[in-house]
Amino acid sequence: MNLSWSQRRKLTGLLLVMPTVAFVTVFFIIPLLMTVYMSFHDWPLFGERAYTGLENYQELSKDRQYLKSLDFTFRYTALVTPPIFILGFILASLVRHNIRYIGVFRTIFFLPVVIGLGVSSLLWVWMLDDRIGIFNKILLDFHLVPKAQLFLGRPNTAMNVIILSVVWKTVGFTMILLLAGLQAIPDELYESAEVDGAGYFRKLLYITLPLMRRTIALALILSVIGSVLSFDQFYIMTRGGPRNSTISIVFWIFNNSFTYFKMGYGAAMSIVLLAILVALTGLQLYVLREKE
Amino acid sequence: MAATSLRANPSGHSQQELRRMRRRTLLALRYVILVVLALLFLFPIAWSFINSIKLPSEALAVPPTYLPSEISLKNYEELTTYGKIGIAQHVYNSTVVALITVVGSIVLSTLGGYGFARFNFPGKNVLFVMVLSTLMIPFQSILIPLFVMIVQVDLHDTLFGLALVYITFQLPFGIFLMRNSFLAVPQEIEESALLDGCSSISILYRLMLRLVLPGIVTVAIYAFINSWNEFLAALIFMSDQDKFTLPVFLTTVRYGIWGDVNWGALQAGVIVSIIPSLAIFLALQRYYMDGLMGGAVKN
Repeated sequence: MNLSWSQRRKLTGLLLVMPTVAFVTVFFIIPLLMTVYMSFHDWPLFGERAYTGLENYQELSKDRQYLKSLDFTFRYTALVTPPIFILGFILASLVRHNIRYIGVFRTIFFLPVVIGLGVSSLLWVWMLDDRIGIFNKILLDFHLVPKAQLFLGRPNTAMNVIILSVVWKTVGFTMILLLAGLQAIPDELYESAEVDGAGYFRKLLYITLPLMRRTIALALILSVIGSVLSFDQFYIMTRGGPRNSTISIVFWIFNNSFTYFKMGYGAAMSIVLLAILVALTGLQLYVLREKE
Repeated sequence: MAATSLRANPSGHSQQELRRMRRRTLLALRYVILVVLALLFLFPIAWSFINSIKLPSEALAVPPTYLPSEISLKNYEELTTYGKIGIAQHVYNSTVVALITVVGSIVLSTLGGYGFARFNFPGKNVLFVMVLSTLMIPFQSILIPLFVMIVQVDLHDTLFGLALVYITFQLPFGIFLMRNSFLAVPQEIEESALLDGCSSISILYRLMLRLVLPGIVTVAIYAFINSWNEFLAALIFMSDQDKFTLPVFLTTVRYGIWGDVNWGALQAGVIVSIIPSLAIFLALQRYYMDGLMGGAVKN
């Protein structure tokens, strides 16, 4: 076969991207379409599958635990996002200038990010234990609590301590994003504002925040997406308890699909989750597009 | 400048000196805050480590002791026989999955990135958008059919099957990063090699690989850390306890599947599983941050 040079280039290009395209098709496009297909079926792991139309979706609206999980996930997201952002912003401001040893501090604040969320949850559940946990030990030694607290045993405190652990684990990521945004602001802007007598808060309000709009939006959206998808921390730290109060959406999908093996139903829930996330990502793309 | 320093104020300090003192105090304050925060951030890891080297009996003490009365590696020793087969098997499982993911991600991203950056072929843009669109869909939402497929081709309970899924989810990032790496190489270098009669593949192999090496390192780090840390898919795809990756195995320890929860051994396990990620990150931090900026911010 005699191919011209440009035909050979075309063929080579196609061959180069083929493995990737094959992977994405098999492990992404097909499963995505299958999720839609499965969501219209009664689909146990073994045995007969049956087409059930919209039944799974109708069941969703009556599934109280599902609605509770949606509510819990959004509440968790709403509660965990502000501390991650605010602390991330404070850390970014603290490590912004290239003063001596600042690299060490940036690294330390970022370290928990490279630890897996699963493993960090195992670390925190042990620190939070009522009997052998260090938190109770310190609180008791300083007489800050009358008796050992079951942090993970009550819905309110469980939420708070899980948020604490997740802030520790993820805030470094937000810090780095915001740091890049901060460093992109020219120093001259601050200098001329100082000449005009602007203090810290005026500079923050009129220079920093407006100029960092896109970075802030990106940091918030990435943080929100991560929270909506959360699973590990609840599965490991509370197992969804107490009284099923910490079951996130992904957790409930997991339970239905891989514990009760109602996979069609799980697929219907996944479609709803997908819709939420596509909306969030769409928002992200929209916000990031603005500049160009 | 001279004018300011001459204008002395009543306390005898020049304005400039005052400003310098103020700046120095603020700087000192900044360091104090930084050090306190750094200690708080390091505390969980340090505390886990301290407990992992206590004697097993002391690691289980109620209330806990602050410092070990005796340093011991017993907790680590106990891990080697923990569960059905001991931790070595699970370290092996995690390592194999991570290595397959790293190699697969590097090969596919390099070839694909080169193809998308330097070649024109029909459907190129559609395929590129298709690969990147994977970023929009979190893998959590397609786990059910992935599981069904993996079971159907008998790849469940295999490290290879899990790695295949991990590779797929490294691809959009890898392709994006490697395409940019290839685009950053001046076209002339490649053209002169083409004129010398080199084939496209030998150009990639002999010339380009060296130039895009930083991108490859970045892809490798992310592939390793992400697959090493991943929990949910590993939990779903493996039902055979011998095949559990480290985080899944440690979760079974936490739930006392093997008897009473052995917290000392669990913390030894936590340390074992965070060391590789931390070591790779600390050694190759620059590449990791490049990836963060290239992958998350610009795209």
